[in-house]
Amino acid sequence: MKGIVKFVQGNEACVEGALYAGLDFFAGYPITPSTEIAEHLAFRLPKAGGKFIQMEDEIASMCAIVGASLTGRKVMTATSGPGFSLMQEALGYAIMTEIPCVIVNVQRGGPSTGIPTHVSQGDVNQTRWGTHGDHSIIALTASNNQDVFAMTVEAFNISETYRTPVVLLFDEVVGHMRERLVLPQKGEIPIVERLRTSVKAGVDYHPYLPREDGRLPMSDFGGVHRYNVTGLYHDMWGFPSDDPGVVHGLIRHLVDKIENRTSQLARFKDFYTEDAEFLLISYGSAARSARHIVERRHRRGEKFGLLELMTLWPFPYDLVKQKAAGARYIVVVEMNTGQICQSVRLAVDRPERVFLANRIDGVLINPTDIQRMLHVIGGKGV
Amino acid sequence: MALKNYIRERFFPHFWCAGCGHGIVMNGLIRAIEKLGLSKNDVVMVSGIGCSSRITGYLDFHTMHTLHGRALAFATGIKLSRQELKVIVPMGDGDALAIGGNHFIHAARRNIDITAIVMNNRIYGMTGGQYSPLSGYGTMASTAPYSNIDQSFDVVELAAAAGATFVARSTTYNVIEMAEMIQNAILHKGFSVVEIMSQCPTYFGRRNKLGDAVDMLKYMNRTTTTIGSQWIDEDQELIEIDSEAKEEQLKIERGIFIRKERPEYCAAYDEVIRRAKEGK
Amino acid sequence: MQGGLDKGNPKLRELVINRQWCKGCGVCVAFCPKHVLELDDKEKAVVARFEECICCRYCELRCPDLAIEMPLLPQYGPNDLSA
Repeated sequence: MKGIVKFVQGNEACVEGALYAGLDFFAGYPITPSTEIAEHLAFRLPKAGGKFIQMEDEIASMCAIVGASLTGRKVMTATSGPGFSLMQEALGYAIMTEIPCVIVNVQRGGPSTGIPTHVSQGDVNQTRWGTHGDHSIIALTASNNQDVFAMTVEAFNISETYRTPVVLLFDEVVGHMRERLVLPQKGEIPIVERLRTSVKAGVDYHPYLPREDGRLPMSDFGGVHRYNVTGLYHDMWGFPSDDPGVVHGLIRHLVDKIENRTSQLARFKDFYTEDAEFLLISYGSAARSARHIVERRHRRGEKFGLLELMTLWPFPYDLVKQKAAGARYIVVVEMNTGQICQSVRLAVDRPERVFLANRIDGVLINPTDIQRMLHVIGGKGV
Repeated sequence: MALKNYIRERFFPHFWCAGCGHGIVMNGLIRAIEKLGLSKNDVVMVSGIGCSSRITGYLDFHTMHTLHGRALAFATGIKLSRQELKVIVPMGDGDALAIGGNHFIHAARRNIDITAIVMNNRIYGMTGGQYSPLSGYGTMASTAPYSNIDQSFDVVELAAAAGATFVARSTTYNVIEMAEMIQNAILHKGFSVVEIMSQCPTYFGRRNKLGDAVDMLKYMNRTTTTIGSQWIDEDQELIEIDSEAKEEQLKIERGIFIRKERPEYCAAYDEVIRRAKEGK
Repeated sequence: MQGGLDKGNPKLRELVINRQWCKGCGVCVAFCPKHVLELDDKEKAVVARFEECICCRYCELRCPDLAIEMPLLPQYGPNDLSA
């Protein structure tokens, strides 16, 4: 990969990725540790002719990007836990109305205001089930700047492809850590543009009638097709309906369009997993420490492997099951009380093999922490 | 008839109760838009949740039925993205000023070119008649069975203080005036607010013994006046009906209260883009 | 508004009431200055005294159900509310 090399924070890498993907509308509200994303975009977006607005709160930020997306913009907002809680209402609206948007959550410790300047991965399950009602969601994560960039581009591409919100679940360490970022050249990573309807003016357009491949071509607000958008269950024209057939069809569509593509949506990296006796599963900044351990033990000839998850939702059950098939110990390394560990246990055969190695004190889990826990798990004492 | 060009006829008769003022607001709104000769493709209508918010479904524009109180936030995203579109946001009183109060004052403060229409029937109708921030002290509601102790907002004063550059009030009785105010509001460059006092005979009228829709319209006629008119001390009939409100014997004023120029948000952002591109 | 006419309006072609949409609130009946309209036994508005209509259009403008139309005779031009 060649291109401009930068030395930036993860939050800036996210900004670079968003602009590379074609972001042209951002609405947000200041919150640590995500604020740099808003600051950089306030500077960068107008230079590119895009729009930046600081709204009165995170509720309004999320609503504004959904409105903007409906006029044809590529949109994003960025926040952290407390703001993400406020966004849940409009996140559900975006899911229901199938409006593409990207939401960045640079996680800090919770619940409530928690520990604003310290790291956590406590919002994993909130991302899955934070908004009310049955639904499905896509959440991506990354552990280093290059991947933050790549996953941000992916988030836009997936959001446009499936007409659904995509959550980028970063964490404070990833967001604030400075490291090298190589900016890919234009065209190096493919960009998905919005699929717009080819239906001509005056011909009946069905905004909510999926094509055979499940995709819904959109028509921008202000264009030739006037239709309705509502958070109520709706028919193929977008008008409210309580017909049981319509309701069932829509909820199945919303869930299936994501859950049926779990394997296609699974982004991950694996290191020496083929014959690993100790399989570590991690993500985000915790995966950096996990990788350190795995590399060291692997060099010593020990059978250590790492599966770094970059798609957290929909959870790649089949992938985890397959990678974990031959492992004697499966150790999930994360900074919460076991939110992904729970899913791993559901995924694998003989879940008694699954152990949690975690920190929940606002401090990055480091290789020594993991090392100690591995000793205990392996029956070797502290 | 021309009015039918602007509605989605297949959803009629609409779901509002007999005599509901919201139908009269819709009637006036369509006539205002017709009079302005706006292309339907250039109008975006965004609403929140409640009886009033169902208006979007009946009108043949680009319509968005959003979340309770959040319509102005969605509308802000739409307007800032495509400022050539006319963005109209009809809201109920609870929608606009309780759950949506923060969005309301901030949209006014930014002076973004959106027309907010507050369909004020002083009650939450959809959920069955609970008091709203505009019900007023001494009114009855299903959640104020011993009489309401919540004071109400004055929408006009609130909007003006928050920075709206066009603020008007009318009623569903004064239909021609109402349509003209909506026209002026849509034409105004900046955040415009039109409060339209509307009747809910089913809940507000019944609980407060104000009679049916006809009685409530007559009541609005008696209790409102154009800006600058007389006190109503001498109106004995009204004092008898509304003895609780004796303390405030001012008639409610109708008319255009504020109409002024201040930089409009989208236009100001164009300047930001210009400065950013010039590197200043 | 009504141009001082106190009996009938030669401009008016007909007064159409959409019975499917009318919910019988009586607003049009109550505020008609010439008592042109009535509610029938089905609680729907009906035209009782067409010849009295002065074409003030308040019934049409105040109808919450959008159920009243007042088309004018073609020679009086477009259907404009600024009578």
